[in-house]
Amino acid sequence: MGISGLDIFKLLPKTNCRECGFPTCLAFAMQLAAKKVELEKCPYVTEEAKKALAEAARPPIMPVTVGTGDFSFTIGGETVLYRHEKRFEHRPSFAYSISDSMKDSQVDEILNRIKVQKWERVGELLQPNSIYLKSDEDDVSKYINLVEKVASNTEFSLILVNENLEAIEKVLQFCSDRKPLIGPVTKDNIDDFISLAKSNSCPILIKGESLEELIQLTTKASDEGLKEIVLDSSPNNLKEAFDHQIYIRRSALEKKNKALGYPTIVYPFELTDVPIKESVIAGIFVAKYAGIIVMKNVEPESLFPLLILTQNIYTDPQRPMTVEEKIYPIGNPDEKSPVLITTNFSLTYFLVSGEVEGSKVPTWLLIMDVEGQSVLTSWAAGKFIAEEIAKFIKRCKIEEKVSHKNLVIPGYVAQISGELEDESGWKVTVGPREAVDIPKFLQSYKVA
Amino acid sequence: MTFEVPLKTGGSKINEVVIGTEGVKVKVGGQNCLPFHSFDGEVINKPIVAFEVYDVKPEGWASWLMKYYEDVYHDPILWAKKCISEYNADAINLNLISADPGGLDAEPEKVAEIVKKMREEISVPLIVYGCGNLEKDSVLLRKVFELNAETNLLGGAAEEDNYKPIAAAALGFKDNVITLSPVDINLAKQLNIMVTQLGVKPECVVMDPVCSAIGYGIEYAYSINERLKIAAIYQGDKAVANPIINTVGREVWKIKENKLSKEEASEWGDEELRGIIWEASTAMTLFIGGSDIVTMRHPKAVKIVRELIDELLAEGVEGVK
Ligand code: B12
Ligand code: SF4
Repeated sequence: MGISGLDIFKLLPKTNCRECGFPTCLAFAMQLAAKKVELEKCPYVTEEAKKALAEAARPPIMPVTVGTGDFSFTIGGETVLYRHEKRFEHRPSFAYSISDSMKDSQVDEILNRIKVQKWERVGELLQPNSIYLKSDEDDVSKYINLVEKVASNTEFSLILVNENLEAIEKVLQFCSDRKPLIGPVTKDNIDDFISLAKSNSCPILIKGESLEELIQLTTKASDEGLKEIVLDSSPNNLKEAFDHQIYIRRSALEKKNKALGYPTIVYPFELTDVPIKESVIAGIFVAKYAGIIVMKNVEPESLFPLLILTQNIYTDPQRPMTVEEKIYPIGNPDEKSPVLITTNFSLTYFLVSGEVEGSKVPTWLLIMDVEGQSVLTSWAAGKFIAEEIAKFIKRCKIEEKVSHKNLVIPGYVAQISGELEDESGWKVTVGPREAVDIPKFLQSYKVA
Repeated sequence: MTFEVPLKTGGSKINEVVIGTEGVKVKVGGQNCLPFHSFDGEVINKPIVAFEVYDVKPEGWASWLMKYYEDVYHDPILWAKKCISEYNADAINLNLISADPGGLDAEPEKVAEIVKKMREEISVPLIVYGCGNLEKDSVLLRKVFELNAETNLLGGAAEEDNYKPIAAAALGFKDNVITLSPVDINLAKQLNIMVTQLGVKPECVVMDPVCSAIGYGIEYAYSINERLKIAAIYQGDKAVANPIINTVGREVWKIKENKLSKEEASEWGDEELRGIIWEASTAMTLFIGGSDIVTMRHPKAVKIVRELIDELLAEGVEGVK
């Protein structure tokens, strides 16, 4: 990303007139490179220099924001090829695909479904956040009706795709304020599309028949001042789709190819006719760089694992997600309620607390800080061990809340039970290994 | 405007490991580029899927998985044969859970006999895992290698605390060994070094860096695979230039999301399709990361994964041999 002070200096007037408040153009350039002043402070920079500077300072992959409000999403802005180097920043958006060739009743059915279709995972609500509205019929009024219906019925971000520019123009009249992504911009319509996008301030979807063509088209759009661009490289098969993702990401990051420095869109359903295979293909592009993944198979069994996979791949590789160390009361427990213990790895906590809640047995859940590791990982790392747990039992003051000394530990660390009893003075019961078996266990478990 | 494809050529090779003997053998590894990156180098062998088979009837499998094996789970040999004849298996992964001291605690000799019999009766390569108990496995795997000497069997796992007897037996009986280390690139490297110091050839080692399912830590497994491959191919680190195996079926089918039926969790959709997608997607993610062998259970998930591998490495594509 960074541009050096000397590079900036070359673009300045070199008159040292001091109007910017710095003694020399060079001093000003240095401050600019360090992002300590704004370019506007110099009244004499040329338009050309401004453009060159903006180009040089832009991120290698432009961030693009589609939509407004709760369902808006940002994609792009990525800086690495591999997730272990640095967190992948912006998760791909999953888009429900709806076509104007669908019957009204079918559209209604999808709309009703997707409004309620969401899943909670590790304390976060997961759901697709956009609708891809495409035209398969050459009928402008049909397309307008569809967009109208979807726009007035939902708050999802909109991706409006129609070869017929007139249709896009018309629908923008009533939904441009939602900042939809519009397209497809192709070599045949780019000029008209650019002015439409400019006057409506919408991000655009550029479709090139090859990467070369994409480069030409994005260069043109960028020269016209459009920055929010999504790339469709028109792959003919899975292999090409995969290769293109890698070529584009590598070009942008390693070759500083700005013309490919934008997020991408993929259409797994175009690569197979089998609905469940579509989901698995979509999964490939979660790890490999897609910005938007358009889905025809919108069944829950297809989307649920994909959204979780996305959440997983886009977590911070350096820092596991954690919850606070403390006593979590679940379902109004009292002094006779069972006491369970586990670690403060978010995933572990949410899986266990979810099951305890589901059991309907009021319970005290002790969450111990082991730096966000799972049960076995933290046991193996010497953190979730008898001695440490005994200290934690004291520290968390559970003894003030219950009148008994019975503790349930995870089944995977059964081997520590004896030592833990000795260290803590509590009676230890080994619970089931998997959280899914906790309800059954709790329903028959009796505090002595 | 011309566009130059940004290539990363000149990678070092992953060791090529031969599993099985003439007629039933398969090769894994040998590539000098990242997974499916055939534009960067040469993919000599496609990654493979091995069907998981257990030597005793497994407990707690979802009915929508179990139904495919209902007629054979009492007999591992029939089970393996069904995977081959009906589901077209590339390889079989036999798991010797009957040896587990916490369970049936079967005699190593008896268990090793099953392996021998299976190997003799099936037409695809065999990959064997012990019961996971370190002590028992060190005795069991010795026996397994002894009874299957010079057959290029792939067996394990040899871990930090039991690798000596296991690796020594693999060496002595001319078989291949799996080294297992917990999601850690340095531990993987160390273990491989110790095993090769015993005399085992690098071309006889496949490593298991431990995996997990979507929703249960797959990001760690994905990144470990990727880092191991990058280290081997682009940093030329010979100590991790081994093919990778990931045991996906075991991880995927133990999670809650693949145990609850549609009635119990309607918001998750159809239970069988959910399971297929979960397993296939976990496997593909790990292959994309750097796996060379994945073990799986559901025949329809396996079918999808193999089709996708074929599509990603289609004949005629540059770099695919
Ligand atoms: C991802 C992972 C890691 C990640 C850490 C992830 C994290 N934030 O914890 C990393 C890569 C950092 C890691 C590191 C290590 N790991 Co690790 N890791 C794994 C892996 C692949 C998945 C763990 C996971 O996330 N599970 C999901 C969570 C939700 O599971 P969980 O916490 O156990 O919770 C479940 C149950 O226990 C139950 N439960 C939880 N709490 C409670 C409470 C009660 C009362 C009950 C009834 C039930 C219950 O419910 C949950 C769902 O069913 C496992 C192997 C595997 N596939 O399981 C190895 C594994 C846990 N790791 C292991 C080891 C040895 C290590 C290291 C010590 C290696 C090393 N020497 O460096 C290091 C430790 C790090 C350190 N030095 O600080 C070993 C442990 C061996 C053993 N059997 O003891 C394992 C099993 C791998 C193996 N087969 O060898 N690891
Ligand atoms: S105002 Fe512009 S031209 Fe004048 S010194 Fe500052 S940078 Fe140079």
